[in-house]
Amino acid sequence: MEYSLFIVVIPFLLFLFLGLLGTKLKSIVAGIIGTIGMGICAVLAYTVAYQYFFGIGKTNGEWVKQIPLNFEWLRFTENLHIDLGVLLDPISVMMLVVITTVSLMVHIYSLGYMKGETGFQRYYAFLSLFSFSMLGLVVATNIFQMYIFWELVGVSSYSLIGFYYTKPSAVAASKKAFIVTRFADLGFLIGILILSFYTKTFDFGLLTADHASLVTTSFAGGTFMGLSIATWALALIFMGGAGKSAMFPLHIWLPDAMEGPTPVSALIHAATMVVAGVYLVARLFPVYIFAAPDVLEMIAFVGAFTALFAAVIAITQTDIKRVLAFSTISQIAYMMVALGVSGYGDHEGLGYMASMFHLFTHAFFKALLFLGAGSVIHAVHSNEMSAMGGLHKYMKITSITFFIACLAIAGIPPFSGFFSKDEILAAAFHHQPVIFWTLWVVAGLTAFYMFRLYFSIFWNTPKSPKGDLVHSASLQGVGGEHHKPHESPAPMTIPLIILAVFSIFTGLIPFADFISSDNIPFHTHIDWTVAIMSIAVAVIGITIAFMLYFKDSKQPARIAQAMGGFYQAALHKFYMDEIWMWVTQTVIFRYICEPIKWFDRHIIDGSMNGLAWITQKSSAGIKGLQSGKVQFYAWVFIFGSIVIAALVLFL
Amino acid sequence: MNFDNFLYMGQEIGLVILFVFLFLYDTFCSEKGKKYFQVIAISLFVLLTAYGFCPTTFTGEAFGGMYVNSAMTAFMKNILNVATLIVFLQSAQWLSSEGTSHRRGEFYTITLVTLLGMYLMVSANNFMLLYIGMETASLPLACLAAFNKYKEKSAEAGVKYILISAFSSGIMLFGLSFLYGGLGTFYFSDMTANVSASPLVILGFVFFFGGLGFKLSLVPFHLWTADVYEGAPTGVTAYLSVVSKGAAAFALIFALYKVFAPIEIVWEHILWWLSVITITLGNLFAIRQKDIKRFFAFSSISQAGYILLGIITGTAQGMTAMVFFLLVYLFSNLAAFGVIAAVENHSKGDSRISAFNGLYKSNPVLAFIMMLAVFSLGGIPPFAGFFSKFFIFMAAAEQGQYMLVFIALLNTVISLFYYLLIIKAMFINEAEENAITRFRTDNYNRISLIICVIGIFVIGFLSAVYGHIGDLSFGI
Repeated sequence: MEYSLFIVVIPFLLFLFLGLLGTKLKSIVAGIIGTIGMGICAVLAYTVAYQYFFGIGKTNGEWVKQIPLNFEWLRFTENLHIDLGVLLDPISVMMLVVITTVSLMVHIYSLGYMKGETGFQRYYAFLSLFSFSMLGLVVATNIFQMYIFWELVGVSSYSLIGFYYTKPSAVAASKKAFIVTRFADLGFLIGILILSFYTKTFDFGLLTADHASLVTTSFAGGTFMGLSIATWALALIFMGGAGKSAMFPLHIWLPDAMEGPTPVSALIHAATMVVAGVYLVARLFPVYIFAAPDVLEMIAFVGAFTALFAAVIAITQTDIKRVLAFSTISQIAYMMVALGVSGYGDHEGLGYMASMFHLFTHAFFKALLFLGAGSVIHAVHSNEMSAMGGLHKYMKITSITFFIACLAIAGIPPFSGFFSKDEILAAAFHHQPVIFWTLWVVAGLTAFYMFRLYFSIFWNTPKSPKGDLVHSASLQGVGGEHHKPHESPAPMTIPLIILAVFSIFTGLIPFADFISSDNIPFHTHIDWTVAIMSIAVAVIGITIAFMLYFKDSKQPARIAQAMGGFYQAALHKFYMDEIWMWVTQTVIFRYICEPIKWFDRHIIDGSMNGLAWITQKSSAGIKGLQSGKVQFYAWVFIFGSIVIAALVLFL
Repeated sequence: MNFDNFLYMGQEIGLVILFVFLFLYDTFCSEKGKKYFQVIAISLFVLLTAYGFCPTTFTGEAFGGMYVNSAMTAFMKNILNVATLIVFLQSAQWLSSEGTSHRRGEFYTITLVTLLGMYLMVSANNFMLLYIGMETASLPLACLAAFNKYKEKSAEAGVKYILISAFSSGIMLFGLSFLYGGLGTFYFSDMTANVSASPLVILGFVFFFGGLGFKLSLVPFHLWTADVYEGAPTGVTAYLSVVSKGAAAFALIFALYKVFAPIEIVWEHILWWLSVITITLGNLFAIRQKDIKRFFAFSSISQAGYILLGIITGTAQGMTAMVFFLLVYLFSNLAAFGVIAAVENHSKGDSRISAFNGLYKSNPVLAFIMMLAVFSLGGIPPFAGFFSKFFIFMAAAEQGQYMLVFIALLNTVISLFYYLLIIKAMFINEAEENAITRFRTDNYNRISLIICVIGIFVIGFLSAVYGHIGDLSFGI
């Protein structure tokens, strides 16, 4: 299995190659090289998955962790050493498949979507860097390696969001994404340090072994501000995950991140990077459940709130990518909830399995939705829903695949989303009624806003006059020429079709056979009570959306009017951006940064300047020592020896 | 006599054979054949270096305990070999120039003799052999320092070096006679048992230490350094600052650990103060320098203080850290000297720092390598020099030497200031009127710079190297 290393290394080499020499190549050649490289990775990932799940992965009916490679990178002391390695277990192998598949699709799609963009080679170089970082993250053998790649993922996401760096809004969005996630990562790092300080290891295997007994014993009941230290450490680690996975209140960067090219949104901000937080919690799941069940409880409630909050905002947004962004936040929150309500072992661990299942299916249908949205944007040169409508007759493939993805996310059987969502709802149903009903409502809202999106884009009629269309097109800088929308070229439609196939069939995988909280396969069956309730609410949502948005009508505006302040608040994302602005500008900048700045200016700089002054003065003072006379040198030599001897002898 | 013992001296014998061969070749070969002298000399030396890396089974003491060959000494000799090879590569162009081309055979043969002396210093297990090694290494070096004999400064360097060298070896011999008087033997292994902190032994130790301190250019035995480094040809300066210093550090560590371990409490104090003074004084002088070779002379004095810091800790970890430090120092310093040699060859011997103004514009690659070297010397992460300093500081901190680490850290801050002056000259300062234009570095020097850059990166990022040294350092 050593070849699994190549899955990680190939994208890195591609990044170096395209980054350093890309501009010397024709753009299309660079794109094809990147795509072929990613294709090789995908093939390798599938081979690894096949070998793992149908060959060497299971021993005595249990999935075991395999570490084909581990390399000690930096060694500081016996305990403190940082390793780099490859860890294969059910979830990391699953992630390899997800990442390489979606990444390959995005690589192919971008050949069409990004055609003619300046910086095409740079785009592919960064895509490779991102793939490398994300793959390195999921195969990490220890939490520090994960942290390293975690930050690399952040950097590549930053550079891709800011790909159109001449656009001020893109630059602002990339900075926002980087700063918000970095802020969360600070918590992550502190959490890692606390955890490893007590356990003396970074290694996932050691941390999670034997029901995380290492963690539960080594913390030995220490408390801080009323909570155990283990709870603090794990809550801080979750903070990092919450930042990357856009949990409330750290979700504010994700909608803005839609300034990046649409395929990037599909890859990073829908399918892979944003689920890193879920993956992190899943990776440390035994630690969470045995050492800090209260944190898990918190995760469940934060997740449920985020799911509802984001779904409500999604209904009011008019920029199609933003609708999808909030939908992503809501769906990732779903996965978090599933982890939060999960127990350990067998059917108790249903939530864990459901979370990973939903992660898997969501990656495909959400990537499909984004790529479909990209195809639409490509055709009409606008992100605004009002510029769209009636596109079904112009772009049939996009329309049909988008419809499939909508059905999948709405949870209509037999599409993939139904199965995974049903497992999550079932897990919540048996654990926490409050959470279950929240998720149930969210399921209805999801169906509603997705079909609102679908009908407004592909049916209905454009609301704004044509002049606006031209106007928004020229704003986009994609040539102001007005033409009839048409279907996208083959490199864009083929990934759509492939992903649509995935969105239909991935739900049929018997997931519990492969992934479970204690790595022992179990069997699930559809809980029909829950299933019927969830299908019912989805159908209601779709029906309302059909009535309101299938044809042009005044109804939606009237309802919005009736909702009044609540609608306005949701439209403005409940003013979260403004609240954060106030917190940073007023509280942090004025009351924390100013005093620190003073300290830095006067105390730190002052002492450095003082040091420099003393150094210069004494340097000038002793220059006479270096006289150039050999006699003097010899004299110092012998006198120095005698002084040393005298000091040793008489002191 | 048991001739088997010579099998332990594989590297020394190889060196002698190479020396004899080159000497005969240089003396008897026709003018035509001499064209290939450099290529042949360097390739043969590469072979010798490669031979050193082959594992040998002949480890242990030979000649009645006079000479020792262990995995660690072999490794240290390899370090010296690599450094010498780099110096050869960097000197190639200078040696082909007008004034020196007819004497280049001498340069190689003399250098090889000094190297042989250093081998003996490293492998000595007896003070007499150590002394002979030191003399073999020192006297020819004076010839090398004066190699540009028509240049006043070079001649001055040669004279100063030989005078101080003679003086220091006199003092060292004086010290050794005290030790012999006190302990009745020169064999390391026999001395350890009897070493005690008696005044005779302490006096002997201090004078002996002065002799090695001269080679390491520790304060107060350092005053010759700047004048000699400035006057000597650049290749020789590089050799003095890296190879000669390295050999002395290795010899010192063996003497301290093998012989004077029982009186560690005594030398620990001496080394403590000397390392603080050496680092600080080296830094204070470096700040004022206008000549780049003098500048690196003082920078190397301060670096020698850090080497001492690694020795003080007296643990296997300290020794590992110190050998690692030397390895990194080797590549970083030689990279700097490689760039200096390249620039000097094209600016007609101008070695002022201001000659580097605007180097980034005219020769970006050289400026970049110089930047790497200087950052590594200054200890800026993630370059190798950061890790080497870090390990030294950590080894010292684990022994509770917090004050020492603090002073050393403070000095690191100061050293950054003057190291950055070079960066400023290259990248920010405007070029002078008769500044050097874009030129092509000769192939030999290019190879040497590539080796150095790879060294700076690979050693910094591969902890395997550190681990390997760690494995060797047990059972010194």
